Amino acid sequence: MIQQWIHTVSVWAIPLFLLGIPLYGAARKVKVYESFVEGAKQGFQVGVRIIPYLVAILVAVGMLRAAGAIESLARWLEPLLALIGAPAEIVPFAIMRPLSGSGSMGLVAELVKTYGADSFIARLAATAYASTETTFYVLAVYFGAVGIKKARHAVLAGLFADAVSLIAAVIVCRMVFA
Amino acid sequence: MLNYIWLALVILAVVVGGINGKIEAVTKAAIDSAGNAVTIAIGLIGVMTLWLGIMKIAEDSGLMNILARAIAPVMRFLFPEVPRDHPAMGSMMMNIAANMLGLSNAATPLGLKAMEDLEKLNPRPGVATNAMCLFLTINTANVQLIPASMIGLLASAGSRNPTAIIGTTIAVTAMALTAGVAMAKLCEHLPIFSAERAASKGEPS
Repeated sequence: MIQQWIHTVSVWAIPLFLLGIPLYGAARKVKVYESFVEGAKQGFQVGVRIIPYLVAILVAVGMLRAAGAIESLARWLEPLLALIGAPAEIVPFAIMRPLSGSGSMGLVAELVKTYGADSFIARLAATAYASTETTFYVLAVYFGAVGIKKARHAVLAGLFADAVSLIAAVIVCRMVFA
Repeated sequence: MLNYIWLALVILAVVVGGINGKIEAVTKAAIDSAGNAVTIAIGLIGVMTLWLGIMKIAEDSGLMNILARAIAPVMRFLFPEVPRDHPAMGSMMMNIAANMLGLSNAATPLGLKAMEDLEKLNPRPGVATNAMCLFLTINTANVQLIPASMIGLLASAGSRNPTAIIGTTIAVTAMALTAGVAMAKLCEHLPIFSAERAASKGEPS
């Protein structure tokens, strides 16, 4: 039932946006085609402007992953994360999450395969994955699009939200699933 | 701060890669990631263009103003320096709505549109404003009501109840969001993170 409903929402949401906004525009006598191309003009520049920021972040993260540094960091940080009750199995995932979306998604898939799709570990990892975004990717793309080089407190706030989401995921999942 | 973090990531990668005997893999990853980053950025151009066009219709028809005013009380509290009927309010709201529905294809272009609108209010190009930092934090906390990708992953792995994580995800994401917003609001007042300091040479970020 819920899955059916989710499916319907995700299939219809974008077409309804794409229809609804021009329809409202037409009702308000906006020349919709002319408006569209006028706004769409900047799309290319935005994509190109992001490139240096995204290359900087993805190269650093890619090198880090290839070096096996995530596993090394996981070994160092495991005792610390054990203090908040995080199972050792999800520590590499927790380190990967703010750095790489595809990397952390891959780790969740691995945990699901190893421990079973209805296991506590799988549900904990899935909850932790879904309740936060890839901080460094969002930072590169969003700030890159407008040429922001000095991020001020954005990195700290983003990583703090990631840490809280991990701790909260452990506590909430223990209450609900354990 | 990014200068230090970026440098730390690169140092860590090369040193640990050397210790682990994986230095060749590190080289390959650097080259591959650079290409991959360009592919991702180029891939964004299509959806970016589409949503910027749609958003221009929304702006010209006054829909953005209506949206901005509808959520004004919350947004004015979060973003006091953004004028209440500024297009940034409407585009930030559209981005958050798309995130909530799990429409990541639309959320990123809408978010970038919001950043462009916020940039128009930025007195110091290159330095993030308080509003930008907070908006970015909201996006990194991923306000999402339907964790569709994870439900799909669990379902395809044979879960009997893949939607069990909806409740936990909403609870956890709400806590992360609250913590992130509180942290951003707290930090914006700290002298070490001040925009003036970041704009001048001796900045820590």
